[in-house]
Amino acid sequence: MVAAQAGDGQAQARLLTLLAGRLRGFFAKRLSGRAEDVEDLVQEALLAIHVKRATYDPRFDFTPWAYAIARYKLIDHFRRTGGRINVALDDAGELLATENPEEGAVRRDVASLLARLPPRQRALMRDVKLEGYSVEEAAGRAGMSATAVKVSVHRSMKRLMKEVDDEDL
Amino acid sequence: MKTSELIAALAATDAAPVRPATAASRLAPAALVGALVAAGVLALCLGFQPLTGAAHASWFWMKAGYSLAAALAGLLLLVRLARPGARPGWAGVAIGVAAFALIWMMAMHGAMRAGADRQAALWLGSSWRMCPWRILALAAPIYLAVVLVLRRLAPTRLVLAGATAGLLAGGLAAAVYGLYCQESAAPFVAVWYSLGIAASALVGAMLGPRLLRW
Repeated sequence: MVAAQAGDGQAQARLLTLLAGRLRGFFAKRLSGRAEDVEDLVQEALLAIHVKRATYDPRFDFTPWAYAIARYKLIDHFRRTGGRINVALDDAGELLATENPEEGAVRRDVASLLARLPPRQRALMRDVKLEGYSVEEAAGRAGMSATAVKVSVHRSMKRLMKEVDDEDL
Repeated sequence: MKTSELIAALAATDAAPVRPATAASRLAPAALVGALVAAGVLALCLGFQPLTGAAHASWFWMKAGYSLAAALAGLLLLVRLARPGARPGWAGVAIGVAAFALIWMMAMHGAMRAGADRQAALWLGSSWRMCPWRILALAAPIYLAVVLVLRRLAPTRLVLAGATAGLLAGGLAAAVYGLYCQESAAPFVAVWYSLGIAASALVGAMLGPRLLRW
């Protein structure tokens, strides 16, 4: 962002591309799957982030700044569509929350990462790493041996870590 | 339009360098310009009181101090509100509350020392009917100048940002009005100056969502 503020178009493009993915998740989660609306909002938020880039103060964290703009655009969207959207009561708090944007992004990232695994590995990963089943329980649920589960989970972890590393480079 | 195309277009055609805007560096000059306009309006409509004498009077500085403290509180809060994702600044709230408490302590102190026959003069002065309205009117050019700058920043809570801009404008307007107003009693200031400033903040809050949307 600092490079983008200095007028580096390439850095700006990289930043916006990265943000586009995060924002897509952020909006998708809160709009319960109207794809065009999500994409519209992603573009609106990116545009706003670009136009308002001077208001980012490099002395502070970037993420709260970007998500505050995204949240502002989301609320603006709800206001324009006139409350026709039902926000589940569980999610209503998040609209009002001022300061926990990352959590949703993290959850979303985990889901999108898991989606890259073949179905069987994905189910095992979810059971063992997210749902908190023991290896033996997961083995029972999947009808596999405990050793096979261990190997599968280990391979999944390795693969995901490699993919995340590759993306961050 | 695809999102990737949008990104490419933005980065290619419109990536001019920008200076990170510390909101204070843009809001304070705007507020000052507005205050000068307000002072000009005041000079044209009502004129100033003889300032050489007033500058020696403690009541003149009491009014100026209270008004400017309110303006400072507004400015400090507004600086935070103009930047997305910033936490609210407690310094602004503290200054505002302290100034309000102090002026009311002075008011109660002054009123208790005075006899019953002087209470009306202390609390109402001779211009209580006009005072809040004049402050509100003088706040208008300041509010306008601040809002123009604020629109180019990025406030995400529009009602709050509008109210705070109104507080800043009201405080400065009250300070400007002090150049004319010859009321010298703390109770008068505590009630009617506060009312004018509060009215400015209220109007600011109501206009905020309309004027500040982006």
